[in-house]
Amino acid sequence: MSILLSGKSRVLIQGLTGREGSFHTEAMKAYGTNIVGGVSPGKGGSTSLGVPVFDTVADARRATDADVSGIFVPAPFAADAIMEAAAAGLELIVCITEGIPLHDMVRARAFVAECGARLIGPNCPGLVTAGQAKVGIIPNHINREGPIGIVSRSGTLTYEVIQGLSQAGVGQTTSVGIGGDPILGLSFKEILALFKDDSATRAVVLIGEIGGSDEEAAAEEVIGRGFGKPVIGFISGRTAPEGKRMGHAGAIISGNKGTAQSKLDSLRKAGARVCETIEEVVDATRDLVGVAQAS
Amino acid sequence: MRFLEYQVKERFRTAGIPVPDGRLARTPDEAALAAGALGPIAVKAQVPVGGRGKAGGIKLARSPVDAKRVAQEILGMTIKGFRVQEVWCETAQEITRELYLGLTLDRDLRNVVLILSAQGGIEIEEVAQANPQAIARLYPDPWRGPLPFEVRELVFRAGLGPLQAQLAPLVIKLYTMARNFDATTIEINPLALTRDGGLVAADGKLEVDENAAFRHKDLHGADETAEDPLEAEARRRRLTYVRLDGSIGVIGNGAGLVMNTLDLVQREGGRAANFLDIGGGAKAEVVHSALELLVMDPHVKGILINIFGGITRGDEVAKGIIDASRDLGLKLPLVVRMTGTREEEGRQLLREAGITPEASATVAARRVVELAAAGPPADAGGAARAKPAFEA
Repeated sequence: MSILLSGKSRVLIQGLTGREGSFHTEAMKAYGTNIVGGVSPGKGGSTSLGVPVFDTVADARRATDADVSGIFVPAPFAADAIMEAAAAGLELIVCITEGIPLHDMVRARAFVAECGARLIGPNCPGLVTAGQAKVGIIPNHINREGPIGIVSRSGTLTYEVIQGLSQAGVGQTTSVGIGGDPILGLSFKEILALFKDDSATRAVVLIGEIGGSDEEAAAEEVIGRGFGKPVIGFISGRTAPEGKRMGHAGAIISGNKGTAQSKLDSLRKAGARVCETIEEVVDATRDLVGVAQAS
Repeated sequence: MRFLEYQVKERFRTAGIPVPDGRLARTPDEAALAAGALGPIAVKAQVPVGGRGKAGGIKLARSPVDAKRVAQEILGMTIKGFRVQEVWCETAQEITRELYLGLTLDRDLRNVVLILSAQGGIEIEEVAQANPQAIARLYPDPWRGPLPFEVRELVFRAGLGPLQAQLAPLVIKLYTMARNFDATTIEINPLALTRDGGLVAADGKLEVDENAAFRHKDLHGADETAEDPLEAEARRRRLTYVRLDGSIGVIGNGAGLVMNTLDLVQREGGRAANFLDIGGGAKAEVVHSALELLVMDPHVKGILINIFGGITRGDEVAKGIIDASRDLGLKLPLVVRMTGTREEEGRQLLREAGITPEASATVAARRVVELAAAGPPADAGGAARAKPAFEA
């Protein structure tokens, strides 16, 4: 089992014929993802990378019965692409695009919620269900099948954790990068709730960073209330100064809000195992899974 | 993108939000002329940071002679790193009460929030802490915008019912302005109730979403580059850079990874001189440019490069490092940690150039802190920096 994405998922790529879209679609196909089509307005009727291309998401959905969309559309058009996918009835929308105007995202997010779809991102690396399927840009070779769920706001730091675990012999169910923007779709809370109900996931690694209070909300509302599985937590940006945006649009401490300390305290209080380095995350996770196997 | 007070007020006026009459002055004589035309005025330093009043950047002037003297004092002051080059001279207001009206993005609720408070004039965060019930909030539907009855409710919740006829239209105008400008923050603080019973925006703040810059090409904000010459240089080079106060220069790919690298440096007893994210898929030239920028910082005593290759290729990064080290005559200690796509090719290139790659980020951080503490090699001499260094 896994969450959100499996080998059976029928995946559509919006922006398939673009530079980023085609590059990463090849990698997704190489990983075994069931890519059923692409959308590029004006290129409907053609074929690209062995799959049919459609002018609209609605056409693509009718023809392919896709249920997941990966979005590689440039920022000025990405919020519209998200809404088009939601309106066409796709269940999961993964938006990789960085730099979408925030007012556009506020509206798109409300629209997606009204349609009952789930959104991951934007400004995220996407997700991988190990050994089955990938939507996004997480490198293929680092994933390994196993019992750990990963949820993270970062990109490359997530890859570090996945690779570290895989090299230590600890595989993953699903690894989800939720994105570094201030206005996001699914957050830690929702992803954790999905991992809670996934029988294959035995423990969850949560990689947070400074800014906002989604980590605190996850700790107080999910982890601390009978989550039932071990959570290993890590927060980057412990030494970041107040008021400086650290690369991600959402990674900023404003006054006393969004500090690493507040997040670490909340996680600890909720019963999560809090680690100081990625190596420690890997060691702690390996130890936990070892214990779980013995019992 | 931030704006100066007078730039914000021009936009308030266009949006139908009342502001005091004012004129911009670049010399003491211009300030005197403004006082001659307007009567008693407030002379206000135009810098894109808060805390001007406390720094002595706002003064009252009763007459043209007064205005000239006061402007003389304020022009040329430096407030939080910004040199005052202009003062805004506006009609002094007889304020009987200070309110707050603002709009910002609430990340937790993923929506825009309108905030109204009967207690203005000071930081709204302070009011929120000391007296939370003095603040009323409205989360409008992002597609409909605030409806008239919702705005009336907001005004009554803030305890400002008697002013609702004046306040409600202002709330709508502020929201419309935020949408039109892609503002992530707009504040009217204080929103002043004057002796004659009118409401006027006595001060204003506007921050526009950088992501939306493509549809606001005509919008020009304050020159923020005065703040830090290295950050300005980084902007010209299109590098994501934040200057910090330590001595270890850090380059990495991905915001989370770079933040973590800064944390590791501190854990090993050092302090990072900067945050620098070369992003995904960076080519050799970007790495070259990043290194060039770091050696301009006179505080940098050692450099740590931490790369996880996803889209970014190890061999590309290695080429950039090797070329830059040679071109810059780099003598500072340089430690590289590289893993992921084409790591073997990259490491091989580095070894051939005499740079030993480290196996883990923790070990690399420890190594650079040690080397930086030990100082540059004896033969470094004065040629360690290829370009003239910027001073802080």
